[in-house]
Amino acid sequence: MTISKPILGLGFALAFAAPVVALADMPGDPTAVKQDDQGLWHDKDGDPTYKIEADGTVDWYTFSGFRRYNAACIVCHGPDGAGSSYAPALANSLKTMSYAEFFGIVVSGRKDLLNGNDLVMPAFADNKNAMCYLNDIYVYLRARSTGAVGRGRPDKHAPKPQAFATAEDKCMGPD
Amino acid sequence: MRKLLLASCFGVAALFTAGYAAANDELAKLSADPNQWVMPAANFANTRYSELKQINTENVHKIAPAWTFSTGVLRGHEGAPLVIGDVMYLHAPFPNTVFALDLNNDGKILWKYEPKQDPNVIPVMCCDTVNRGLSYADGKIFLHQADTTLVALDAKTGAVVWSVKDGDPSKGETGTDAPYVFKDKVFIGVSGGEFGVRGWLSAYNIKDGKLAWRGYSEGPDSDTLIDPEKTTALGKPVGKDSSTSTWQGDQWKIGGGDTWGWYSFDPELNLIYYGSGNPSTWNPKQRPGDNKWSMTIWARDADTGKAKWVYQMTPHDEWDYDGVNEMILTDQKIDGQDRKLLTHFDRNGFGYTLDRATGELLVAQKFDPKVNWATGINMDKASPDYGKPIRVKAMSTEANGEDVNSKGICPAALGSKDEQPAAYSPQTELFYVPTNHVCMDYEPFKVSYSAGQPYVGATLSMYPPSGDSNMGNFIAWDGKTGKIVWSDPEQFSVWSGALATAGGVVFYGTLEGYLKAVDAKTGKELYKFKTPSGIIGNVMTYEHGGRQYVAILSGVGGWAGIGLAAGLNKPTDGLGAVGGYAALSNYTALGGTLTVFALPSD
Repeated sequence: MTISKPILGLGFALAFAAPVVALADMPGDPTAVKQDDQGLWHDKDGDPTYKIEADGTVDWYTFSGFRRYNAACIVCHGPDGAGSSYAPALANSLKTMSYAEFFGIVVSGRKDLLNGNDLVMPAFADNKNAMCYLNDIYVYLRARSTGAVGRGRPDKHAPKPQAFATAEDKCMGPD
Repeated sequence: MRKLLLASCFGVAALFTAGYAAANDELAKLSADPNQWVMPAANFANTRYSELKQINTENVHKIAPAWTFSTGVLRGHEGAPLVIGDVMYLHAPFPNTVFALDLNNDGKILWKYEPKQDPNVIPVMCCDTVNRGLSYADGKIFLHQADTTLVALDAKTGAVVWSVKDGDPSKGETGTDAPYVFKDKVFIGVSGGEFGVRGWLSAYNIKDGKLAWRGYSEGPDSDTLIDPEKTTALGKPVGKDSSTSTWQGDQWKIGGGDTWGWYSFDPELNLIYYGSGNPSTWNPKQRPGDNKWSMTIWARDADTGKAKWVYQMTPHDEWDYDGVNEMILTDQKIDGQDRKLLTHFDRNGFGYTLDRATGELLVAQKFDPKVNWATGINMDKASPDYGKPIRVKAMSTEANGEDVNSKGICPAALGSKDEQPAAYSPQTELFYVPTNHVCMDYEPFKVSYSAGQPYVGATLSMYPPSGDSNMGNFIAWDGKTGKIVWSDPEQFSVWSGALATAGGVVFYGTLEGYLKAVDAKTGKELYKFKTPSGIIGNVMTYEHGGRQYVAILSGVGGWAGIGLAAGLNKPTDGLGAVGGYAALSNYTALGGTLTVFALPSD
């Protein structure tokens, strides 16, 4: 495969001009290109993403993320990623946040201590209700951030893949 | 006559309990002085009624801000300040700063107490880092901090007199309710129903901060302080293990039933009244049984904590209808007879009136006509289901099943009324109730428990009832008959506490930030003023230097800040619809200000 001149030039310029970290923080093209054996869609960079059919049917993970987000995250981040008076609107935050950064924040938590107006997010690493569904929540919020999915419960969704159900039971553990 | 009896029969005891008599009498006297506001709900009965009448229906349209004060905090501001003598005591959300303000000097700060708390308590407060206020007794100001510390401060200097830790935030236990002083003790509850925290009521000695007793909402009788023979529910003894027998296995240990609301007290009956919150988790399938004693009105003996009577309003809750709202005590006539009453506007949409001495259920009616999860409350004393809600199967999230979205349930989880307290006017014999007018879709699913992490187990989306665009109403309610007398619609839920006055005026605040005054008889709006931020605090009033003042905290947040700050979506809007509802964020942003109103001084 030949690398065309403009791209070569761009690559050269980027290598010297822009720190790699800054580029990695932006989410890439969200188009779903490949589905893995658990039914999760991935973009061309390998990050989880959403797939919406022409008639509005969302993939299972986007639907699952709507439910899990609106149970585990809503108490601070508001309904459908719309924010509250004390935590940011994730539908907005994900416009400029990569999968890796999102994952890291949910796992480790975050503190912004502002002398009396402290904002503190806990670490969810030990919380199965978040961790077992983290890809779902990410995919849903990504769809919210690009406008692919609006407010409210998605009307139509693809069925739950069997492999998802198996993995879910394994992750969540016994009743 | 009562005082004489006390002196003669309890002469010796009186020597040892002199502290009790002093604190109780002192507070009772102070709360009868309309110039001051010495406890969170104005008085032991929690009526939020003031005898002040300088401001009345004729002149209230002339009131204007007289002075203001910023707390420096931008979180949800619930509760109200106290006024004792010439000093106003004001609290704030986390970090829970306490200010003593000099009313002789335009609110100059006499002292300030700034607790140092671990900020890791913040993320275990489900519904913003609110604090519902302070209490006073015996020269001390009491603060219940987010990290569950109860601290007694010298009212003159702000110095710490004693301090005690009531719970453990690493287990999800936090403090949001105001402390209450009754007799010789200060009472606090605990928050954390969304974190599996088993609720309790703690009683601490005013003098030294030692724990006198603690009554849990669930557990063996030794924990709940229930006597199987003597504690009654609707007139019948509750029997042995009335709590644990309604839970599966050890589920009661993470059972919820938290106690973060308002408490009232009848000094003659010596009973404290309060409600317990939702059982954990929100997914009813994971906790079979009636889940006693969550969602319950409690009457406990103030000295020993023993439960005299209990009444569970929503057995085996499927909707998060916490039972913690205020218990307003009034003496009114029912069927021509003088009765000692307790009136409670529950999250579940029913306004209950009970006999507060015996726990007899007298009235239970919907205070929002759109309530639909139950058709009514069974009032047939002969029925085995006496006192239980008559549930509508289609609105049962459990009957519909896990992973099924139950639609159009009214009220939404935030209830027909949340913690925002109602007021009662003995002039009109009406209750003034700030309500929510919101329905929901609710879908429960399996969740796992881990200490200090949310243990919720349901997804919900909220919207006004079909056909309505208002998400709140401010109503006048007759507790004797269970009827709405008048109803003023509001665009957003009315999330402030109401104030009723002898001037015939009722005050409340709106989520957009308006302080409003209405005629107590008709509900006609007489005045409104837009304060710096949405109001979730409680209106209070006091008199100083011959002028009556009305004060309100603004600072949007709380659970209202979650469900409504970002606007709600209509189920009829298509996917991705633009517009939807007028969002609260179109009207207000964060704030933290006390605005104090008065008639112009001329």
